[in-house]
Amino acid sequence: MTAIDPNLFLAVAAIIFVIGAVGLLTRKNALVMFMCVELMLNAVNLTFVTFSRELDDIGGQVTVFFTMVVAAAEVCVGLAIIVAIFRRRRGATADDLNIMKG
Amino acid sequence: MSEVAQWFVFIVASSAAIGMAVGVVTQRNPVHAALALVGTLFAVAVLFVMQEAHFLAAVQIIVYAGAIVVLFLFVIMLLGIDKHEVLDESLPLQRIIAGVVGVGSLVVGAIMLIKADAAPQTPTDSPSSISGTGLGNVEHIGRSLFSDYLWAFEITSVLLVIAVVGAVVLVRRRSGPASADTDNDTGTGNGAESGAPGKARA
Repeated sequence: MTAIDPNLFLAVAAIIFVIGAVGLLTRKNALVMFMCVELMLNAVNLTFVTFSRELDDIGGQVTVFFTMVVAAAEVCVGLAIIVAIFRRRRGATADDLNIMKG
Repeated sequence: MSEVAQWFVFIVASSAAIGMAVGVVTQRNPVHAALALVGTLFAVAVLFVMQEAHFLAAVQIIVYAGAIVVLFLFVIMLLGIDKHEVLDESLPLQRIIAGVVGVGSLVVGAIMLIKADAAPQTPTDSPSSISGTGLGNVEHIGRSLFSDYLWAFEITSVLLVIAVVGAVVLVRRRSGPASADTDNDTGTGNGAESGAPGKARA
């Protein structure tokens, strides 16, 4: 068992999550936005692992396993969508995707 | 591992994770952002190892750093997206909103950390307990995955198949004799785009 307070791990995870959220809101490049989503998912994974240790329950780690699978599937489909958009519009920033604006 | 060494590893890994995460957000070049993402994932894997989640640390390196980031780099380099990025991000209002959201969530998280009570422990004779069973980390996750979480595991395979099929359908080039019906069933949602199919195929 590590001697470090679990709250410190939770704090690190919260900081990484907030950095990802701020990046998702401020960046315009769709790829970088995806990377920020990955950051947020990773921060949540770290939280799950920390609580798994603190509560002495393996279920948190199994949940992280499923989260990773969902993240992989999400990146797979998301990058395919970006490629499809790029073929049509020759650009992949969020400003190019204004076809649904009212 | 002694306590000093643990603190040393924790401080190095957590500061690397946070610094690289800042790098992901601030780097202009998407390739540099992807490399900073690798750094963050690696540092988080070190934090996993510190909490005795060895299996997840290995999966983190293999799946995230090995597969997902490489997929990002493939897309960046195949499409040349980095050459087209508009470097001035003129979103002043959204930046303010993002700052408010970020600071607000950090404050809420800090309050919850300070106010939280000690967590109730599961009894150590429970099969899901980490310390009581004497199993290794990988064996324990494997037993849990194929007994308690078997249904979710099977659903996961369905999800992966759907994702692969969806990705192939999305990136398929619509050219050749079979293009008529595929243009029909995908072009209904965006009327302005389907008016110029020749440009889309070019």
